[in-house]
Amino acid sequence: MIVAEAKSFAEVAEMVSSFPRLLVAACAGCTAICGVGGVRQAEELAAALRIHFRIRGVALETEVAGVTRQCEPEFIEELAAAVGRTGAVLSLGCGVGVQFLADRFPQVPVFPALNTRFVGGLAAPGTWEERCRLCGDCILHLTGGICIRARCAKGILNGPCGGSQDSRCEVGDDVPCAWSLVWERLSALGRFELLAQIRRPRNWANGNGGPRSSGGASG
Amino acid sequence: MNAASNFARLLRDGQFVVTAEVGPPKGAAADQLLEKAAYLKGYVDAVNITDCQTAVVRLSSIAAAVHLRSAGLEPVVQMTGRDRNRIAIQSDLLGAWSLGIRNLLCLTGDHQRFGNHPEARGVFDLDSIQMVAMVRRMGEPGEFLCGEPIRGERPRFFVGAVENPFAGSLEMRVLRLEKKIAAGAEFIQTQCVFDLERFRRFMVLVRGRGLHRRCRILAGVTPLKSVRMARFMRDQVAGITIPDEILARLESAADLAAAGVSLCVEQIRELREIEGVAGVHIMAIAWEKIVPEIVKRAGLYPRPALPV
Repeated sequence: MIVAEAKSFAEVAEMVSSFPRLLVAACAGCTAICGVGGVRQAEELAAALRIHFRIRGVALETEVAGVTRQCEPEFIEELAAAVGRTGAVLSLGCGVGVQFLADRFPQVPVFPALNTRFVGGLAAPGTWEERCRLCGDCILHLTGGICIRARCAKGILNGPCGGSQDSRCEVGDDVPCAWSLVWERLSALGRFELLAQIRRPRNWANGNGGPRSSGGASG
Repeated sequence: MNAASNFARLLRDGQFVVTAEVGPPKGAAADQLLEKAAYLKGYVDAVNITDCQTAVVRLSSIAAAVHLRSAGLEPVVQMTGRDRNRIAIQSDLLGAWSLGIRNLLCLTGDHQRFGNHPEARGVFDLDSIQMVAMVRRMGEPGEFLCGEPIRGERPRFFVGAVENPFAGSLEMRVLRLEKKIAAGAEFIQTQCVFDLERFRRFMVLVRGRGLHRRCRILAGVTPLKSVRMARFMRDQVAGITIPDEILARLESAADLAAAGVSLCVEQIRELREIEGVAGVHIMAIAWEKIVPEIVKRAGLYPRPALPV
């Protein structure tokens, strides 16, 4: 799923500082599951902002509303009345949600309360790890189910590079060398032929020509 | 192999070659390069010029190669995939060939995170293996990566790649070396060898697969100037291992520089005895001045004369 994290409170406060009324819009999708975008987090953020501005002598009114997903127009529609009342929106959705809100309500400013970081999974309680780069050209069957595009710091297709040491990546922080993982996995599976094959340069054209679309729009 | 490259000719003739690494300056003047050229000339068969090594901005490898060539040295240009995509690499290579550069070393490149611009975007459009294949194809049949023909003169570089026998499992390293050779690498330069025992085991596997007959392998050596440098290289430089006994020998030495040179000379003598090692590449980091002494003491001086 899409993994997001909260922006610093100071950054959010600065962003919304000149608006007297604010709709703080939660999303029950990915960002709620990450623990940063749900109704509870929206209520906490709204309260913190009100206090922040009150002690500075500025009145801020907030409304909190949540939708099932901010990335679908049907759900966003539920926010129309509240947007009309407040005139500004602070979104706790991912970057897609923020854009869908801004497209639907072009007459009001929409602010991102989160940084949308990556597509990942829950590696340990409370820890999400990136596992997919959304490249649109999956080669996991060639790499033992380990995405080298997402997990190799250089994203190279014929690794490991010379910076791999004791199965750790040269970038440090104890990051595992993705290619060492691929080597171990494919060796264990006895699939040495996959390790010996030379992978051709990647086709970056998928995703380099403006936004990608799927389904009816792309045919 | 490329007849225009003397470095290639020596390797083809079975001469034990000596090359040295030259790091370009962090400024726009060529004097430092010309100074290095003056004391390296006659002691090495080629000089290998780094391409913003450790992701620190320096004068360009191709420009430095042109300066060194004008001073009478044969350059090997390093080209990494970190800072250029396939369009820029091919363009730079056409330019390099037009300027008389004949030898090329292809590398994936050190990650930008530890350089002086950690906020830079790393390109890595091509890895070293893909780059080797692309460059060979530019020479023969004379095509760009996209398949379009190169018009007029083609760049027919003598193409090399690097290998680090000290990173990860030996079997994995040998397999990757084989991929580089399959992609078209004609020579291989290894990471600095300090752990001779491991390097010997690496070469056993290399010979077992006949790789030393399919390309020429130059073993990398580095004279250690100080205990601090040795510790730094061991702990901070990606892909380098230094055995404890080497550190212990340096620590107990009265004259560190002399001990570092002696160690390096011994390593070269040992490497020369290993079947399949076609030469040595001396990486005297910020200590290029010492190269002539090492070459002489290792019994590798004089170098074969250049053909007239």
